Order: sequence, then C-alpha cells, then structure tokens
Amino acid sequence: MKYKLLNFARQLALVLLVVWTVVSLVTLLIEFVPGDPATAILGETATAEQIANFNQKHGLDKPAFFFSYSSENGLTWNGIDNRYADYWIGLFHGDLGRSFKTDQPVLDMILARYPATIKLALAAMLIAIGIAIPLGVLAGSRKNSLIDNLASFIALLGISLPTFVIGPFLVYIFAVQLRWFSPIGSANPEDIVLPAFTLGAALSAILTRMIRSSVIEELGEDYVRTARAKGLNERTVLLKHVLKNGLIPVVTVLGLQLGVLLAGAIITEKIFSWQGLGLLLLEDGIGKRDYRLVQGCVLVISITYILANSLTDFIYRKLDPRIRLS
Amino acid sequence: MNRLTYIGIAIAAIFILAAIFAPLIATHDVAAQDLSLRYASSSASHWFGTDALGRDVFSRVVYGARISLEVGITVVFVSSIVGVVIGAIAGFYGGVVDRFLSGYVFNVFLAFPGLLLAISVVAFLGAGLGKLILALCIIGWVGYARVMRGQVLKVREYDFVQAARALGAGNMRILFTHIMPNAVQPLIVQASLGMAGAVISEASLSFLGLGIPPPAPSWGTMIEESRGFDVLYSAPHVFLFPGIAIALTVLAFNFIGDGLREYLDPKQRKR
Repeated sequence: MKYKLLNFARQLALVLLVVWTVVSLVTLLIEFVPGDPATAILGETATAEQIANFNQKHGLDKPAFFFSYSSENGLTWNGIDNRYADYWIGLFHGDLGRSFKTDQPVLDMILARYPATIKLALAAMLIAIGIAIPLGVLAGSRKNSLIDNLASFIALLGISLPTFVIGPFLVYIFAVQLRWFSPIGSANPEDIVLPAFTLGAALSAILTRMIRSSVIEELGEDYVRTARAKGLNERTVLLKHVLKNGLIPVVTVLGLQLGVLLAGAIITEKIFSWQGLGLLLLEDGIGKRDYRLVQGCVLVISITYILANSLTDFIYRKLDPRIRLS
Repeated sequence: MNRLTYIGIAIAAIFILAAIFAPLIATHDVAAQDLSLRYASSSASHWFGTDALGRDVFSRVVYGARISLEVGITVVFVSSIVGVVIGAIAGFYGGVVDRFLSGYVFNVFLAFPGLLLAISVVAFLGAGLGKLILALCIIGWVGYARVMRGQVLKVREYDFVQAARALGAGNMRILFTHIMPNAVQPLIVQASLGMAGAVISEASLSFLGLGIPPPAPSWGTMIEESRGFDVLYSAPHVFLFPGIAIALTVLAFNFIGDGLREYLDPKQRKR
C-alpha cells in the first residue's frame, strides 16, 4: 500500500511538473514575438500614447519575468510584480486574460468554442472504433487472407494520407459529386459526418492494425485452445474471449489519441469551417495576431492532452494487472 | 525485405530524382502566370493542367518535391543528431542525468501534441522556411532521443562493452566506437518514419498558412489553394495531383520504415 501511494505521488508530481513547465513555456513564448504585441495589434500608425494605454491595460508594461538580463546592467531583479507571476495568479483565479482584439475574457471565448471540438473528436473516435473493430477482428482471424491484406492496405492508406488530403477528397466525393452532405459548416446535425470521418481516418487505421495484431497474438494463447477444446464455436471464441482481452491495449491508444484528436482537429476544423477551438486559434488568434488568445488556446489544448494521457495511463494500470505489478 | 519495401524505395527514388533534377524536368516556370489559362485541364503543354493563376501544376508538383524533401531531410538530419546525442547521454550516464532528461525533459516535449507545438513556435516567431525547420526539429528530436536512450541502456551491458572498459577505454571512446555503431539500427527505422512525419508536418503547416509562404510551390499550400467547393467542382485536378504526390511520398517512406523494422527485427518477421 505504501509503495502504491508513493508511486502515485511520484506520478502526480511528474504530471504537475510537466504542467508547470508547459504553462511557463506558453507564458514566455509571447516574449519572442518579433516587435511588440501592441504595434502588431494597433498597427504601425498607432501613437505612443495609444501603445502605452494598450500595454498598461494588458499588463504588458510590467517586466516579463522575475529577473532580466541585459549586457549593460547584467542580471537585474524585477520584483514579484511581473507578467509571468500575473499570468499564474490569473490562472489560479480561472482567468486567462483578455483578448488583445475583442477585449473579451479569453476563457469565455474558449469555453464557447471548446464543446464543438470535443463533439467532433468524440464523433471521430466513435467512427474510428466502428470501422476498426470489425475490420481488425476479421483481418486478425483470417491472417494472410485476401481480406487481411485488404484491411492492412486500407490501414496503411489511412495512416499515410494526411487529414488535409482526406478532407477535400471526401468533400469532392460526398459534397461535390454525390451532394449528400454540405461541404462546410455545422448548421445541420449530419454536417458532422464528413469532418468526423476526416479526423477519425488515421485513428481507425492505427486501431485496425492494433486490433489485428492483438487478435493474432491472443489466438495463440492457451485459453483460446481451452475454449475451443470445450467445444465453443469460433464466433464465440473470437467475440467472447479473444476480443475481450485483445481490446486492452486499444483502450490505451484511445486515451492517448483523444489528445491527438483534439489537437489534430485544428486542420479538420479549417477544412470544414467547423467552429471549434482549432479555428478560434487559427483565425481569431494567429490570423489576427491576438497573442493572448493564442496563449489561452495552446494552454487549454495542451493541458487537456496531458490530462487525457495521464488518465489513460492510470486506467491502463487498473485494467491490466501485469502492468500494475511491473 | 518484402515487396512493399522495394515499392517504397522505388517511389522515394523517383521523388528524390524529381527533386534533384527539378529544373530539367519542370516544363514551365513555377511562378509564371497566364490568366487566360486559369484552371485549364490536362493537355499536351500542361500535363497536370493549370491552377487559379494559370500556373503549370506539373512543374509546381515537381518543385514541391524539392521543398518537401529539403525540409524532410534537414529536419531528420538535425533532429536525429540532437536526439542521438541527448539520448546517448541519458542512457550512458544514467542516474540523475537520465532521470532529469528522460523523466522530465522528454516528458515536457511529449506533453505537447506535436503539431500544436510546431504551430505555437511558428505563431509566435513568424512563418518562413528557417522557422518551420526549427519548429519541426523541436518536435522531432525527442523521438530519436528515446530510441537512442533505450538502445544505449541495452548495449552498454553487453560483454564487449565491459571488455572495452576493462581494457581501459574512456567513456567517449566506449560511447562512440563501441555503443553507437551497435545502437544505430532502430534509428534508421525512426529516421525513415520521421521523414514521412516531417513531410506531412511541413505540408500541414503550409496548408494552415504557417509554413512556407506562397508563391513557393509547397504541396500543402497548393492543396490549401485548391480545396474550395468551386475549384473541387470545376477543376479537381488542381487538388488531385499535389494530393497524390504527398500521399505517395508519405506512403513510400512508411513502406521503407515498416520494411526495415521487420527486416531488422526477426521477431516481427515471423508474424
């Protein structure tokens, strides 16, 4: 028990350390913007007074960090009233600052768009699972058959084709030629189908490969021979025994991929003008040089990614005693 | 090696040759516009047709190979060297050094989704070829470092390394002449898959408008310019050819990587 607690504490400490570093990196990245954010936002024609007002309003008139270095003065202590400390204090109060462009709270802007991205990621995951389980089980149980080769080839295509090739290709077939779906937007419920397929294609390929090799491995285990010796038919052996054990590694991949999907959604959202967090980051953040918004979006996506990964790791250890013991 | 590996090598060779001899192969100037020939379909003078500005798609796809491979090779080269050195240090010295590098630094870099990290770097530093390569190296090196660390941890326990140590060889000599050559095999696989990854990442960033700025003929930019409903409807070739080019290149390097992994790992070969 003591060992378990210690292990958990160590894991938790590592996650917190990583979160701290990520937040610090994102906070400090803004210092690398060529020129200064005020001129980038207000334009070259802005007066010195306008720039000073802008900087004061967004706390940009304070020093960047606790200390700074210059060749003339060497290392100087700037005190605790600095931008880095401000950002952390804001974070603990659930405040990601105000948008440089619209003056709205960044957190509100993110919360308004995040549900659309999560919906898209979950739909993509469902589609990926729906494709991968039957295809992977079929391929694995009929190793080296025609269907196995076909499944492997489709999986390889899914991994090799980038999202921004699959997306327009699906638009071409299903929106331009067949006219089944609209090419962009999210006005109707069925509009999620093409974006979700686009985003889920790579995941379905990865899962198909995993389930295939997992099924092949499990089919060689003793318990399968026992099940067959009991007289169970092949279907029951496959679905009740092999699939149950073969799906354990899949759970890990799914967890790890949820973060990848949330980040990968940026490209899919651009293709389909899906009003999610990715599009907010790209168009309102990077496009309008609203660095405060970019900071917020990057932070929220990375923290979700870290938490999804840590949670998956935790669940995986619970699911498979072999990992827990090792 | 299986048949797919050879197919991969053949396709990669074609693209590499196209990239090297692009000025000889391209039939037109990549930037030459001819507005009277907007969205023309394939013909004897324009094999892949023309784009929105009447530029020759074939020549742009050929020059696109140059950009993709240039970025891919530079990124793989730089990030593998950085990764190998850091991974080797972590694996060889172990202890606090390893705990700091593999337990903390690696985890920090893995904590960002790769594309997001690249987007952040480019968003804050600005777009351009140099910054794009920097961004892709920042996300790329940690993969090599992890592989190298694992290999070094394994190889340093082998008898011949112990023998070299007993003979009085120094740390650097053991690391570079004994451990490195024996740890390098999986890195070749990693480099091949890394090449596919770098080609996709470059095109993705260019697609998002954060990579190499137009009018440079990056495949990602070409796809971005041609993905509109109207263009897909009236001139799908403008999207199709760069799409096929990128898919084939990535497929080729994935074939090579998978084939090499199977070849170098007899356990996988038996499956």
